[in-house]
Amino acid sequence: MASGIKDKVAILGMGCSKFGERWDKEADDLMVEAFEEALGDAGIETKQINAAWLATAIEEQHVGKSGVPLAVALRLPYIPVTRVENYCASGTEAFRGAVYAVASGAADIALAMGCEKLKDTGYGGLPQRSRGVLNSMSWANFSAPGAFAQLAAAYRAKHRAPAEDVKRAMAHISVKSHDNGAKNAKAHLRNKINIDTVLQAPVVAEPLGLYDCCGVSDGAACAIVTTPEIARSLGKTDLISVKALQLSVSNGQEAQYNAWDGSHFVTTRTASKRAYHEAGIRDPRTDISLIEVHDCFSVTELVTMEDLYISKEGEAVKDVLDGFYDADGELPCQIDGGLKCFGHPIGASGLRMIYEIYLQMQGRAGPRQRRDSPRFALTTTSAASRTRTSALSPSSANMGNSSNGLSRTPLILRPRTGRDSAPIRGLPR
Amino acid sequence: MAGILAFGAYIPRLRLQRQAAVAANSWFNPALKAQAKGERAICNWDEDAVTMAVEAARDCLTSFDRASVKSLQFASTTFPFRDRLNAGIVAEALNIAGGIAALDVAATQRAGTSALMAALAGGSPTLVVASEKRRTKTASPLELTTGDGAAGLVVGSGKAVATLLATASRTADFIDHYRSDDQPFDYQWEERWIRDEGYMKLVPPVVAEALAKAQLTGADITHFCMPCTLPRVAAMVAKTTGIADTAVRDNLHATCGEAGAAHALIMLVHALEQAKSGDRIMVVGFGQGADALIFQVTADAAKLAPRIAVSGHLKRRKEETSYSRFLAFNNLVEIEKGMRGDVDKHTAMSSVWRNRALLTSFLGGHCTKCGTLQIPKSNICVNPNCNAMHTQEPHPFADTPGRINSYTADRLTFSPSPPACYGMVQFEGGGRMMLDFTDVDADTLEVGQPMRMMFRIKDYDAQRGFTRYFWKAAPANT
Repeated sequence: MASGIKDKVAILGMGCSKFGERWDKEADDLMVEAFEEALGDAGIETKQINAAWLATAIEEQHVGKSGVPLAVALRLPYIPVTRVENYCASGTEAFRGAVYAVASGAADIALAMGCEKLKDTGYGGLPQRSRGVLNSMSWANFSAPGAFAQLAAAYRAKHRAPAEDVKRAMAHISVKSHDNGAKNAKAHLRNKINIDTVLQAPVVAEPLGLYDCCGVSDGAACAIVTTPEIARSLGKTDLISVKALQLSVSNGQEAQYNAWDGSHFVTTRTASKRAYHEAGIRDPRTDISLIEVHDCFSVTELVTMEDLYISKEGEAVKDVLDGFYDADGELPCQIDGGLKCFGHPIGASGLRMIYEIYLQMQGRAGPRQRRDSPRFALTTTSAASRTRTSALSPSSANMGNSSNGLSRTPLILRPRTGRDSAPIRGLPR
Repeated sequence: MAGILAFGAYIPRLRLQRQAAVAANSWFNPALKAQAKGERAICNWDEDAVTMAVEAARDCLTSFDRASVKSLQFASTTFPFRDRLNAGIVAEALNIAGGIAALDVAATQRAGTSALMAALAGGSPTLVVASEKRRTKTASPLELTTGDGAAGLVVGSGKAVATLLATASRTADFIDHYRSDDQPFDYQWEERWIRDEGYMKLVPPVVAEALAKAQLTGADITHFCMPCTLPRVAAMVAKTTGIADTAVRDNLHATCGEAGAAHALIMLVHALEQAKSGDRIMVVGFGQGADALIFQVTADAAKLAPRIAVSGHLKRRKEETSYSRFLAFNNLVEIEKGMRGDVDKHTAMSSVWRNRALLTSFLGGHCTKCGTLQIPKSNICVNPNCNAMHTQEPHPFADTPGRINSYTADRLTFSPSPPACYGMVQFEGGGRMMLDFTDVDADTLEVGQPMRMMFRIKDYDAQRGFTRYFWKAAPANT
């Protein structure tokens, strides 16, 4: 029986570049920006890193293939470096690689870096690329917002929710994230907006308007992980440990079989249940203090609230409009601005979420610090599965959301601080 | 005895209001104002002669045993491919390619009637499709008189809805217009000369010969189908040959426009829809000579399964008042597509061939172990309670009704006709796929809406001149 990774790995240091339109920076500049902060935070030297993972999704765009761009940018000492890609879960995948390396004992100290340089396309939004030889001949002509927008249609139909109510809840989500992003010096979008601006914005993919879509950004985020023993031996006292890290990759059933109604993510539900089990969380609505989720689009965040079993099915609209997820609400979601405003450099996003939780748990989040430092916090990223089982079976055919193929990576972190009276069971001393 | 065993048609849904074109162009040619009435059928951006031929053939093959078709003839002067068997694409889309002969018939406005005559002479069941999408110059009279459309008929011996009584044909190198290999548009001679020296001298002898062979007089013809955009010419031919003025059929100028090589067969199908048992239909094709065919409608015509045909398609219409959209759809103006339109659409022919069952025939899989239907077919059954390996047999989805599960109208992704509408379609009986929608109005989409599949252009690779086809979902009730 697998013993899992609970309490085997602690975060030694983290860094995150400013996200945004970094016209003056190359990918390696962004990686070094995040790395310098993480290295300083960890209090180690580069040569102490035993293994590294690089996450970048659209490698053709800038960063490049393989682990080499990371090894070169950071001048890593000829250690194992692996590039991973799992769409928007890529950053969390790099983190998973580093965490597994430490948990297995293969490495004392490992690094996870996520980086994306998206703003050299000449237009807003994600780059338009070929989808491959067969896919481009048979897939619908969708964009990312169009793939996720379908959640709204299916959600409305399933819950008989008036379109205006769903649209208003989506708008509330965006207004909330702009409020939060305005307090974050590293965020891409720092302007406050009001609900009318969201509701009246031009439509991108019905019912998503401009303000229902996250920023497409340049940026990098970095984590250095080790064992709790080593962390302590290096003088760390305020340890943040990984309680659970789960990934669920769709096998294409949603898109090809007849059961799924298109209103939720099967993968998020699967992965969050496993993560709660691994972390020992019984009631996520009360046990968890802070969440960072994949809000590529406002509707994604909306349905994710139910897929994480925090809002009851069909009640996310009400919870959102009640302010339950606002920065001063019961359970803040995207307290750093989220993908919506911090920005979404795809490969970096999963690590950026962990970065925010890490800061909040240590009470280092500055003007956006949550009143009580969180006990349990959760991040979740999504990605379309790239695994194809056969040439004729585009399991990720309708990548994106409602279509299928999503993988999700909830990650649960818990602080080990003086304020946390209960000792974390099983944590080696 | 040879005859027509089944018939069908296709007319695209968009109808350009002639007034819109005239309003745009009469500054240049005020004479166009005389032709501002009515509407003409125009292809959506994703339609061409091949896609229309497929739809006309599918309409024709409603409740017809496709396996009995032994050959296919496809008539057009506007084939998308000059060297690639266009009939081959149609046959593959109909999933009948394996066991049949196929032929493209081209280069004259009477290609439709000539193909029909040849097929009737052959004996074995032959599917004849004629389809036309003429490209016309801006502000030309032809732009107003032309319409896009297609017709399909199965002919041969068997239970005919109309039996062939006689045919006659004459060939003459009469050049009323032409389009040479290196020219995109027609070059036309004077209309009065075409009328007097062309139609009035070349057609009546052919009509008379056909009547004589059938041992009939003009008065015996109840439906006279002769396409001609020149005013009153069909009536003049009828008068000359003793055919009653009341037998001269509507050439659909007001509602559709003239669909070139396909038009005689469109008029024939329209007549067959409305004819009674015993009616005699004469159809005439004109172009470098003339063809005439006479049919007698049988009692079986009334027993033919319902189909959309010409009448249904004339009702399935959406008024198009944007002349600019018509120009853009037909590549008559260079529209700013934006960078998202820049993506290379290079096609791997090896993949097209390997995946033709999905891409062209729209076949999915049927699990022989658990009965699950899915598209695309896969090595391992998608049913989570089955997951059997290598149990799937090909299963056709093209004629399976579906319903929208989720949808959006996307203004970000590049589409020649934004917004791009697409979504998940759940097929009746099982199977689902995220598909592009076509012929939809974005503001009418809803979950649960019934859809049907249509064969359409997926992409056009302008750099290499290659058209990719695939299946899209369209509202079932329109």
